[in-house]
Amino acid sequence: MVVYIVRRLIAAVLLLFVVTAITFLIFFGVPKLGGATPDDLASRYVGKTASGQQIHETAERLGFTDPLYEQYGRFIKGIFVGAEYDTGVNKDHCPAPCLGYSFITRNPVLPDLLDRLPVTLSLASGAAVLWVLGGVATGVVSALKRGSFFDRASMSVALAGVSLPIFFTGLLSLSIFSYALGWTPPGGTNPVEQDNPFDWAAALILPWITLALLYAAQYARLTRAGMLETMEEDFIRTARAKGLRERTVVVKHGLRSALTPILTIFGLDLGLLLGGAILTETTYSLPGIGQYAVLAITNQDLPKVLGVTLVGAFFIIMANLVVDLLYAVVDPRVRTA
Amino acid sequence: MSSQQEDYLESPEPRPEPVEGETFLEVRDLKVHFPTDDGIVKSVDGLSFQLERGKTLGIVGESGSGKSVTSLSIMGLHKQGTAHLSGEILLNGRNLVGASREEVRQLRGKNMAMIFQDPLSAMHPYYTVGHQIIEAYRIHHDVSKAVARKHAIDMLDRVGIPNPKGRVDDYPHQFSGGMRQRAMIAMALSCDPELLIADEPTTALDVTVQAQILDLIRDLQQEFNSAVIIITHDLGVVAELADDILVMYAGRCIEYGTADEIFREPQHPYTWGLLGSMPRLDRERSDRLLPIKGTPPSLINVPPGCPFHPRCSFSHLNGGASETEVPELRDVGSGHKVACHLSADDRLRVWTTEIKPKL
Repeated sequence: MVVYIVRRLIAAVLLLFVVTAITFLIFFGVPKLGGATPDDLASRYVGKTASGQQIHETAERLGFTDPLYEQYGRFIKGIFVGAEYDTGVNKDHCPAPCLGYSFITRNPVLPDLLDRLPVTLSLASGAAVLWVLGGVATGVVSALKRGSFFDRASMSVALAGVSLPIFFTGLLSLSIFSYALGWTPPGGTNPVEQDNPFDWAAALILPWITLALLYAAQYARLTRAGMLETMEEDFIRTARAKGLRERTVVVKHGLRSALTPILTIFGLDLGLLLGGAILTETTYSLPGIGQYAVLAITNQDLPKVLGVTLVGAFFIIMANLVVDLLYAVVDPRVRTA
Repeated sequence: MSSQQEDYLESPEPRPEPVEGETFLEVRDLKVHFPTDDGIVKSVDGLSFQLERGKTLGIVGESGSGKSVTSLSIMGLHKQGTAHLSGEILLNGRNLVGASREEVRQLRGKNMAMIFQDPLSAMHPYYTVGHQIIEAYRIHHDVSKAVARKHAIDMLDRVGIPNPKGRVDDYPHQFSGGMRQRAMIAMALSCDPELLIADEPTTALDVTVQAQILDLIRDLQQEFNSAVIIITHDLGVVAELADDILVMYAGRCIEYGTADEIFREPQHPYTWGLLGSMPRLDRERSDRLLPIKGTPPSLINVPPGCPFHPRCSFSHLNGGASETEVPELRDVGSGHKVACHLSADDRLRVWTTEIKPKL
């Protein structure tokens, strides 16, 4: 078991390095392939009336003229020991771990991201609780009552849930529950800045439900399929043959097995969401990482986009690691493999 | 085993003194029909038999002859709403057909238990062997986990698992095939059931392990004095274990007799076919097996008359009766019953002149 954990941890660290290299290459190498010179890149960071000479100086100051591997080396070094960025006005220190520096807003990227993380974390975790409980429960009942009215109704709702885009359900629920009925605070309320947990939840309840609906639909369908398959297994028949109550058979013997594949996608989904729930955050104007990413892309602020990408990758890899470890807890056969 | 261990194994509920010759399980005119989109599947169609405590009944037949459906009906394990049962299944005088599901559930595991074919898929992969035995015991006995665990270790010891104290916390995948089947048997016997149904208990096992498992079942039956139904397509298995043999074909009993009668004087052409299909080491290798031609009939469209007639080499001997009339199960002497249109003389003549010499 310990060997298994260590092996997975090493793999996770290596993977993160690969991800930084590829992301860096894409963001800073591809423009070059497209014919952009260091001066073209630097022209974004100078005034409209700057001369060619000034642009070239800026390119050199920002390090765009150095070979790509040197730029990458600086970036990696920044993660471990921090880096100095010369903005032209002053030299700004970006302490380790430095995930890059935005020359547009003139500040390091990581503190921005850490500022916004609690919002995204609140959004993703709350929604995850809702969709797992709702989706799995619906899926189980649907599977057990296959072909019933409940089954057909919930599967239709699930189909609708998957098909309806968040900016539709989100805006609709905002207009009804916030603006028409006034039950929830309007969009743009920062949940993390609220005074008590109740207000925190109130500011998040609509985004939670909107986001959860999308995932719950998918989880309900997957759980249903998994349960239908598991309940046909021989060990279910054995459990019944022992004289177990049907509820115990379903939950302890059926659901436990059916949930294993769900665990896998749950890890992926949650990891992905922690890197920013772009649509939900934008629709409800929540100052989370997703919204930050949108702003960064709009401003063509590459270091910020790179930072968001890396944080997202970090969460996905971590979530996968946790899932792999949980797998070993859930399924004893994995431990010896 | 120490006497103390033995004590508490027996202790929770001393079983009533076994009475020789007491019918413990009686199945009367059992019909199990499954309505499907293509028509009604008559998996079991008028099956009757009796079983006494301490006796073993072998139910033999090809796949799809209704053997497993019969056992699942006795255990009440058919899915709700899918199977239509009629007739009577009397367990200790209590009719299980039409009993509430809760009533049958409480009998399951305690009064009747089942051993399944493939112990790997029949045990839950996520729980330890011990956990699964403990679970089976605690459903019917209100005891602490520690007591149940001790019982589980005893049961594992009893079915011949070495180092039961250490193995009790192993998972099924850590056991070998034979060990798993032993564990399965331990689980089935943990509540000391009066009726044990073994559905192809050795099919998934190594040949060398098969004999051990059969020995084990026989020993445990003597020890527990259970009634045992052993379901198999392998005549070798029933020869080993069964007192009586019931040969099934297309959901019906076509021959019933003691093991001796079935092996020495089989009367039904289908039974001849089963015996002829059995590979034997004591005959020349150049001799061919005598397979039964054709395939088992569809249970939706059972052939009219004797369901076996399309595959029977002797159906021409009875003047066409086999194509129109379903043969009754008739007593042909001292409890040996057969459902065949052939006259007793014809059967005896064909058996002695054509079949027996080739077996």
